[in-house]
Order: sequence, then C-alpha cells, then structure tokens
Amino acid sequence: MTQSPYATVDARPSPLRRLLPPPPGAAGPRGSTLLRHLVLAVLAGAAVVLLTNQLEPYRNLQVARVCAFLCVTAGFTILVGLNGQLSLGHGALMATGAYTVALVQRGLDGRDLRGQWSVPLSLLLAVAVTALLGLVIGLAAARLRGPYLAGVTLAVATLVPAVTTIFTGVFNGEQGLPFPVATPPAFLGAYFQPERWLAWIALLAALLTMLLMANLVRSRYGRSLRAVRDDEVAARLAGIHVARTQVLAFVVSAGCAGLGGGVYAVLTATVASGKFPLELSLFLLMAIVIGGLGSLAGAVWGALLLVALQDLPALLTEAFTLPGGLAQRLEGNLALAVFGLILIVVMLVAPGGLQDAVRKATARLGRRRPRPSR
Amino acid sequence: MHRIARRGLAAAASLALLVGAAACANDEKNAAGNVPGVTDTEIVIGTHQPLTGPAAPGYARISAATKAYFAHLNSKGGVNGRKITYKVMDDGYNPANTENVVRKLILDDKVFAILGGLGTPTHTNVLEFLEGQKVPDLFVASGSRSWNQPDTYPTTFGWQPDYTVEGKILATYVKQAFPGKKVCHFGQNDDFGRDSLLGVEKVLGPVAAKQTYTPTNQQVGPAIGALKAAGCEVIISATIPGFTALAMGQAFGQGLRAQWVVSNVGADYTTLSAQLGDKKAILEGMIGNYYLPMAGDSADPWIREYTKIHQRYNGTNPLDGNAIYGYSMAYTFVQALLAAGQDLTREKLVDAVEKGGFQGPGLTPFRYSADDHSGYSGVRLNRVQGGVQSYFGATYTTDDGDGEVREHTQPPVTPPADAVPAS
Repeated sequence: MTQSPYATVDARPSPLRRLLPPPPGAAGPRGSTLLRHLVLAVLAGAAVVLLTNQLEPYRNLQVARVCAFLCVTAGFTILVGLNGQLSLGHGALMATGAYTVALVQRGLDGRDLRGQWSVPLSLLLAVAVTALLGLVIGLAAARLRGPYLAGVTLAVATLVPAVTTIFTGVFNGEQGLPFPVATPPAFLGAYFQPERWLAWIALLAALLTMLLMANLVRSRYGRSLRAVRDDEVAARLAGIHVARTQVLAFVVSAGCAGLGGGVYAVLTATVASGKFPLELSLFLLMAIVIGGLGSLAGAVWGALLLVALQDLPALLTEAFTLPGGLAQRLEGNLALAVFGLILIVVMLVAPGGLQDAVRKATARLGRRRPRPSR
Repeated sequence: MHRIARRGLAAAASLALLVGAAACANDEKNAAGNVPGVTDTEIVIGTHQPLTGPAAPGYARISAATKAYFAHLNSKGGVNGRKITYKVMDDGYNPANTENVVRKLILDDKVFAILGGLGTPTHTNVLEFLEGQKVPDLFVASGSRSWNQPDTYPTTFGWQPDYTVEGKILATYVKQAFPGKKVCHFGQNDDFGRDSLLGVEKVLGPVAAKQTYTPTNQQVGPAIGALKAAGCEVIISATIPGFTALAMGQAFGQGLRAQWVVSNVGADYTTLSAQLGDKKAILEGMIGNYYLPMAGDSADPWIREYTKIHQRYNGTNPLDGNAIYGYSMAYTFVQALLAAGQDLTREKLVDAVEKGGFQGPGLTPFRYSADDHSGYSGVRLNRVQGGVQSYFGATYTTDDGDGEVREHTQPPVTPPADAVPAS
C-alpha cells in the first residue's frame, strides 16, 4: 500500500481541542446516570421556580431568556466542543425554530384552535423542522472541514433575512409575524404574573434539553463524538462511522437551537428577522467559548452572559450621562466590543473558559482543606 | 435505592413543597397597587424611537422636540401639578429591539403610558403585549391602520392621518392634476407601503407599476429601474425620508424624470435636503403633504410659539417638520391628560381620548371616538418651489373606507398662551 486511503481527509486533531477541559470522568462507580441527572434537573428546576416566585416581571423575563438561550448553547457546545465542528449559522437555526412556532401559532389561531397544548405542539414542530434543516446542513458539513465548514454555515446565517424579505407573503418581511401571547392557565389565579408563566415554559424546555444533552455526553454516542473530534482515522479504525456521527451531532444541535429559538419566540409573542442577525451567531459561539467549550455547565455561563449583555448598553447610558453622539454610537456596538474583550481576557487567563476556571478554583480549595476521612 | 438519589429526592420533595407554599404569595397585592408611573408630582411615560439605524435621519429629532415641549410644560408647572418625565429608548427601527425596549419600559421602568412609539413594522410587534398589560398606547407615530382596532387593541390610538386616508387624497389630486399620465407606486415592504397603495388604488384603480424596498437594504436601483422600464410619469411614494432621498437620487441618476408625490412621513424638505446634500436641487417641484403648520411659515401663530420653545430647549436641532410633529403630538397628549382629570388612571386617560374633541395645531379634526382610534382625518398638499416647501390648494378630509374625499374649510384654532393647553 503506497498511499493511505484517508490521505484526502485532514486527520489532524481539531485546533479547538486546546480550549477543551479534560474529558469528564466515567460515570460514578455506582448509580444510574439517568437517575442522577434526573434528580439534578428536578433540584435545579425547583430552585429556579422558587426564584421566579420572588422576582419582578422583568427579571422573570430575563430568567426566561437565559433558559431559552441555554437550550441553544447546550446543543451548540456539544457540536463545537465535543464534535469539533464549527458552525457560524446557529442564529439562523434559531430563526427557523422561531418562525415555525409563529407560523404554527398563527395557523392554529386562524382556525380558532386555542389552548395550552398549542405551545408544546408548536415547539415540537419547531424542533422537528430545525432538526431537518440541521440534517441538510449536516450532510454538507460532514464533507467539509475548518474554514470551508465555517463558510457554508455563515452563508446560512446571512440567508435568513433575505428569505424573509423575498417571501414576504409568508414571512411578512422585516415587520415580522406577531401571534397570540401564551397566557397562564386559569387555575393559577387571575393575578398570576404572565412573565412567570413564560419563565416556567422556558425553564421546562431548558431542563429537558440539559437532561438529554447530559445523558448524550455520557452515552456511547458522546464517546463517538469525542473520538471523531480527536482523531478521525483512529475513530474509523475503531469502527465508528465518522460522517454519520458528524451528521448526528449537527442534527442534535440544530434541534436544540430550534427549541431555543421557538421558546424565544413564545416569550416575545412575535418573530422578526431583525432578531436573528449574523451577530447573534457570533455571540452564540463566543458565549460557549467563554463559558467553556464542550461543557454543559459552561453553556449555562454562556446563556447568562448573552442575556446580561443585552441590557448593558441601556444600563451604561442610564448610569452615565454620555454625550448624545457617543451614546448613539455605543448602542449598537457596545455588546460586541464587551463580548470581544471578555473573550480575549478569558482566553488569556483561563483558556478552558469560565467553567474550567471555576472547577480549578474549587479543586484548589479542596486540596487546601483535605476532606475528612470516613 | 442509591444514596445520592435518595438524598436528592428528599431535597427535591421539600423544595417542591416550599415552592407550592411560596407561589403566588405577592401577586394579588401587587395587582391592586397604585397607578404605575404616576405620583402626586410626576408622570413617567416612555417611548421607542429610531435614534440610530435606517429611519434615524429626521425621525431622531421627533422625540427631542417632544422632550423639549415637556421641559417647557414642566417649567410652567406641569399638568395638574405633575411634571412629565419622557423616557426615550432607541430601537434602531428594528422590530426585534422594539419588543425588548418596550418590555423594559413597562415591566422594569413601570411607565404610565407609551407615547408616540415610532414606526409601522416596529410598533406592530408590541401591540399584543401592550394590550395584555392594559397600558395606554397613545399616538403611535405611524399611519398604519393597525392602530385603529378598538375591539382588539382598546388602549392603542393613532395620531397622524392614516396612510390609506393620505393615499386616497394624494390619488385624488393626481387624478385631477395629471390626467392620462402613467401613475406608479413605490412603497415600504410592510403595512406602511401596503396601506398607502390600498388608498391610492381605491381612487385610481390598479397602478401602472408598483415596487417596494426593505428598510435594511439600501439597494433601490433595481426597483427604480423597473419603474423606469414601466414608463412611469407620476410616482406616489410611501417612503421614510432616507429612502425618499435614495429613490429620488437613484431615479435622477437613471434619467427617470417623473413627478414625485410623497407621503408626509417622508416628504420633509429640511430632512431630505440634508440627506441629498449638493444634489438637493432634484427636490424642486416635489409634491408632499402635511396636516400641521409648515415649519417655514413664520407668520403662523403656532410656529411662533413653537419657535420660542425650540430656541430655549431644542436649539441644536433645526425647526423642521419633525420638530413640529414632536411639539404638536406632545400638545395633544397634554390635552388628553387634562381631560382625564386630577385623579389620573390608565382607564381615565383612554376614556378621555375616546371622548376626543381636541383642538390644536392640526389643519383637520381628529376622528377619535369609542369605535374609531385613528387620528387626524386629512391632509393638505405642499410643493417645493425655490427651495421652500409651502402649502397650496385646499385641505381635504376622508376616511379609510369608501367615503369620498371632501374639502375642509374650517381654519385651525389659534394657540393658547405659551402653547400650553388651559385646563
């Protein structure tokens, strides 16, 4: 054999690998992973519900937004961190989910079919449609590497606004599609805060996503994803179907993005193409890198950052009276600048992301105070 | 069972109980509280405006004028002893931002009402939310017919003449002044353009050609090329100022010499000439329309009062149609507040506007009633001649249905002292 049959495949390990935390340890010596994750999810869910009961409406809306973004970042970090595929088009996948929800909701409303079931139904359809789109992109992605893959997904991101304005009859251009607000069910009382209900919907979606992703990471598929990322040739020799694994990763992460986008649409009861610019895709990528690539806890950090930065320009311009011109210039660009700065600082100080920094800090604390022997 | 799971379940169960006990504890108390944004000395209201983005040229000066009017009013003692604070949030004419800033204004800043939220595509996306919150949504700065749906959105009111009313009046004039000419329509790719076209076609029947633009895409060349290819001689244009300038500049470049007849939201000469710079000569002969005193008419008593306020509180901006708009809309709002009475609530404000009857700087009466939430009932045409934009011909009123276009002869009232409505 003079030439390797894999010569055309770039088999170098992904450069993203340097940013990754060490692989998580195997499941604990005892116990079912599913059960442990379920308990964790219920605990986290109960804690957040408790929190939402104490919060003002606008804060609850922010909790809901964090949950919506968490659906996206959780799936995205699996694709980029665990499978080593880069996507600059996840904003467009969110848009797909959001527009699906809007179209389904409007369709149901037009036929006088209303009820609490319409939200889960439209979200399910959002996941299905986006996963299908993810399959198409994934099939292309499995043949492409590095900058070429980034290029294709970038094209998808820039396509969304164009599609909505060309097919104005369906998507109503930049004006977008408003649909009826999801109102709390009657048994919660007439004075139940509507934003709390929205936060609960988003929370449920986020918990479900986190639960599924946490199990996926620890499953055989999760190990295949990592094997493909680290060394495609070795993975192939071990009997893993590389292309199939990559497509699967894309489909899963697209489904999550569709769910996140759909939930985001439910929160605002409207969808417009201006909500999904190219910057959103870049923000999503920055968020998971800053949070800690490949780590679900890092995805939580990322989602928190995404929401915190939304309100930053308004906060700053309120806190300091800036000259009019400067305030106007900051409005659109401040978030991007701050995100970039955080990214640089985090990469210098803690290349593994916020989550890795937290893990190391707690580990150091633990070492200083040795655990009492049992 | 495993130890972690058992411990976890116990913790989860106790948390769940706690959650159940704590739920809905303080909601009822909050709902029955005071009127949001209103104290004995202050009324806080908010708005969303395009301070940046494609609609900022011109429109960014509307809220500056409204703010200046309230500063003037506050210096005269406010309304019923209350000073007005106007919170202006920038949405960049992007519907996605509008949704966010309006929620912040209502839920976080707890404003009493939204006043003059600007834009058709932007404001359409917060109607549902504002209706759900029962917030007075007064005098939307757009002529879409969406604001006039009292059954669906009982707290939302328009202010300026709607685009269908305007389209009918413009088309009636075109029919008389340019008989037999090929008339085309150029409009924004949303309810603004569609409502205008509806009004035009109610009078003229199908136009010879129609083209649209999207506010975030500056490429109007192909659309103008299509209008040229269709042989348009008169172009009725439903465009925001930036795109009126782009379209007229592009048409001039392509050698399309047509008569432009422009919607009042995109026809302010000061704004357009600033946009076009040294090419402003192409505005000569442009026909526009308006429903308030023209900024250049220094003999008008309203303009004299506005000029005093302008020099004192808003001197860095030109006194143009945008400023006149901002002052006049603020004036109507103060009239509504006075009509709502000393004991101000959201319901009383909405009732006061439905009762209507406000008389001010407008050339035509308002249409406000319990089942009509649209604003001014008509417009008067103006023309640019020798670099001055001034009115000509009669003032017309009509409705957004099949009602005929008729002349309005009653002159506008004169302003009260200091242009502050008397209680």
